[in-house]
Amino acid sequence: MANVFTSIGDWVNERAPGMMPMYRKHMTEYYAPKNFNLWYYFGSLALLVLVNQIVTGIFLTMNYNPSAAGAFASVEYIMRDVEWGWLIRYMHSTGASLFFVVVFLHMFRGIMYGSYKKPRELVWLLGMLIFLALMAEAFMGYVLPWGNMSFWGAKVIISLFGTIPYIGGDLVEWIMGDFLPADATLNRFFALHVVALPIVLLLLVVLHLAALHEVGSNNPDGVEIKKGPKGNRWDALKPTDGIPFHPYYTVKDLVGVGFFLLIAAFIIFFAPTFGGWFLEHDNFIPANNLATPSHIKPVWYFTPFYAILRMIPSLFGTAVWGVLGMFGAIALLFLLPWLDRGQVKSIRYRGTGFKVALGLFVVAYIMLGAVGAGVTAEVIPAWFGNVDVTFWENLFGRLMTLVYFGFFVFLWAYTYYGWEKTKPVPERVTTHD
Amino acid sequence: MTKRQLLMKRYIFPVVLALGLVVGSVPVQASEGGALPSAGTNVQDQASLQRGAKLFFNYCVGCHSLKYMRYERIATDLGLSEQEVMQNLNFTGAKFGETVVSHMPEDAAAKWFGKAPPDLSLEVRSKGADWVNAYLNSFYLDPSRPVGWNNTVFPNASMPFPLWELQGLQTAEMKPAKAGEDPAVEKLVLSQPGKLTPAQFQQATRDLTTFLEYASEPAALQRHHYGIWVLLFLAFFTFLAALLKKEYWKDVH
Amino acid sequence: MANEVVDHGRRRFLTATTAVVGGIGIVSAAVPFIKSWEPSARAKAAGAPVTQSLAKIEAGQLLIVSWRSLPVFVLNRTAAQLATLPQVDSRLVDPKSNGVSADQQPKYAQNEGRSIKPEWLVVIGICTHLGCVPDFVPEIKPEPFDPEWKGGFYCPCHKSRYDLAGRVYAGVPAPKNLPVPPYHFIDDSTIQIGVDPKEAG
Repeated sequence: MANVFTSIGDWVNERAPGMMPMYRKHMTEYYAPKNFNLWYYFGSLALLVLVNQIVTGIFLTMNYNPSAAGAFASVEYIMRDVEWGWLIRYMHSTGASLFFVVVFLHMFRGIMYGSYKKPRELVWLLGMLIFLALMAEAFMGYVLPWGNMSFWGAKVIISLFGTIPYIGGDLVEWIMGDFLPADATLNRFFALHVVALPIVLLLLVVLHLAALHEVGSNNPDGVEIKKGPKGNRWDALKPTDGIPFHPYYTVKDLVGVGFFLLIAAFIIFFAPTFGGWFLEHDNFIPANNLATPSHIKPVWYFTPFYAILRMIPSLFGTAVWGVLGMFGAIALLFLLPWLDRGQVKSIRYRGTGFKVALGLFVVAYIMLGAVGAGVTAEVIPAWFGNVDVTFWENLFGRLMTLVYFGFFVFLWAYTYYGWEKTKPVPERVTTHD
Repeated sequence: MTKRQLLMKRYIFPVVLALGLVVGSVPVQASEGGALPSAGTNVQDQASLQRGAKLFFNYCVGCHSLKYMRYERIATDLGLSEQEVMQNLNFTGAKFGETVVSHMPEDAAAKWFGKAPPDLSLEVRSKGADWVNAYLNSFYLDPSRPVGWNNTVFPNASMPFPLWELQGLQTAEMKPAKAGEDPAVEKLVLSQPGKLTPAQFQQATRDLTTFLEYASEPAALQRHHYGIWVLLFLAFFTFLAALLKKEYWKDVH
Repeated sequence: MANEVVDHGRRRFLTATTAVVGGIGIVSAAVPFIKSWEPSARAKAAGAPVTQSLAKIEAGQLLIVSWRSLPVFVLNRTAAQLATLPQVDSRLVDPKSNGVSADQQPKYAQNEGRSIKPEWLVVIGICTHLGCVPDFVPEIKPEPFDPEWKGGFYCPCHKSRYDLAGRVYAGVPAPKNLPVPPYHFIDDSTIQIGVDPKEAG
């Protein structure tokens, strides 16, 4: 049996000579630092979710009907009449939310260990582009079931572009191809969601990995293993602190995959709407252009940015500031490699200021999410009784917006003026076993 | 890093994650109009589903459709035969494989009630079982309304209350009127008993809500059935993968 | 470190076990996706057996009933029409429906008239050549396509001819007789298409 595989492998190899070197370069001879911790599972998990989204997405397309008249019913058709359609749909909807869970954790890991710093700026930029493409992909996918939240979500998000001076109004009509989200909008979003953006995403992921493997992975110590001693049990010239990605990290990631699938399966089989967070209650009502849902809000993964949008008031007769703030919140992440001038990568050896600021940043991000999702609007009257909810919500939300943007300002000043008191970075990576 | 920190890192994170999952899987549907009493439904309870289906087809289908729900599926999932469903539940003359569509013409209904009675296929998914159950228990006589009925859970609903012969007639005791405020209902009292006792009626509405919850997502029955096996399998796979990882990582120091 | 002994047996065993269990997982996960291609509940409902009353079909009249989106010809044959059947036997490919057309009808319709009751012909009106729907040409008179025409079905696409029992003529492109769907008589004047007599009990 093994001989058959070997000879087939040889046969292909003689005709496609790039295959084996590529496999070696990215798998068996890609030397990754040996001290990866739990935070390093999320990259491979993101890839797993991407594959899941593509496979389940292809099968959903087979029964979905991208028309305003038929979309909602076709989703229910998938949920009820297509054999196992419910499973495929829940895998896709749960996958969408878990994609963001995994990507957020993956990005946080990068910030925590300084993975965006030289020489990995390009890796970070490509990753941010993936994040942008993913948000566009998620938004358009959310419109497709044509429930009432789909419809109003589309309307509100597209209207953001209406705040752009001079061209806004025309731009909104151009995006929708109509005067409100309609058949034309649904059709173009469908095309972008199932064809265009997946291609862009796949290309970006390939580039992201290629760029990573060019410079090598960072690690929780933020030490460059390539600058350390050479020679390990597999190769005399490779970094001593590196281990081949395959088999060591493939088997390790397999454990991560197992845990992740356990969580995903629990949600898919026992809590597919996740209490209204992954599939919203109001989206089980067909799109109705005459009745806005009482709690109009985006899905949870957009809520922090949506909160920033809401917290910034209109000024000089235009609402463009909120939109600028929202997109600025994302744009600043792109600039992280240049805002952070610190020489030390990992949080383990960075100054207390960085640790506190990052902690506050995460708190602000989660709290903004709570504001955007309407949690604060419910919690404030429940906890504090008869108070002016809007006033307190705005105060809290604006404070959190300030903290969010403050993080970037602080990080720049903190490192630019040399206020950071770092700890000595070890010569080699540290392990604890 | 100390041993303690290591333990923290290894175990606290998964525990927090698990807690998050538990919190997340608790529905947050009570948000509409304050806390509602729990409906106490259980879609796995086939007897309750059967009673609920009977109520639905006797009292509701005259006006409300379940346009995504097929008679055949109801028979399979509720453990009923084709004959039982076609004789006892299907009064619309639809075929066994067809969906439950009310005979009420939509435009006429809109004229009678002000708006067409909504399809109830996804009612529990959009409003929540607690809401539907509370709604069914909160009708009261209100001569000021066009159809003579009002509801405390959904004020000024345009629906008359067909279950009144079971529950009896409820009337509202109003709060002392304050200047500048709309009149508010203090509580509902049963002014004329119906065929069922209050406890029996609560069970009946619970059954009806259970059936509507099932109709909102028939796949729920399959989900629970397969889910447990998938989780067991994945746990076994993860265990194997962990052993494999441990074995290979003996090389790494 | 490099001189530590690796237990290759255990390593191979664990690799193989994990691969097999993972493989089982992937194959099981593929099952729902493959099954999702089967006819959905909607398709099955649309393909459900069709009940048709025969009361209003006069002698010599053809009714086309849709079953699984297929045109099913229900023909009330007159005694004169039935009498034409043996006359054309010599010109047919498989007059007894026991040769190439043996599988074109259920056993209970494998007879001269290809029917349960002689007068009632029930066939799927799809030409066995390339799937066109043949025309019903009942008159016994010379036709441009056949000077000795005894009545039957004529396919406009490639000129295949069938007699009044749906049996195909020799020398035309169509190879087999028109297929007879499963059907049975609920009572004397009602048939159900899609269910065999024995299944219906």
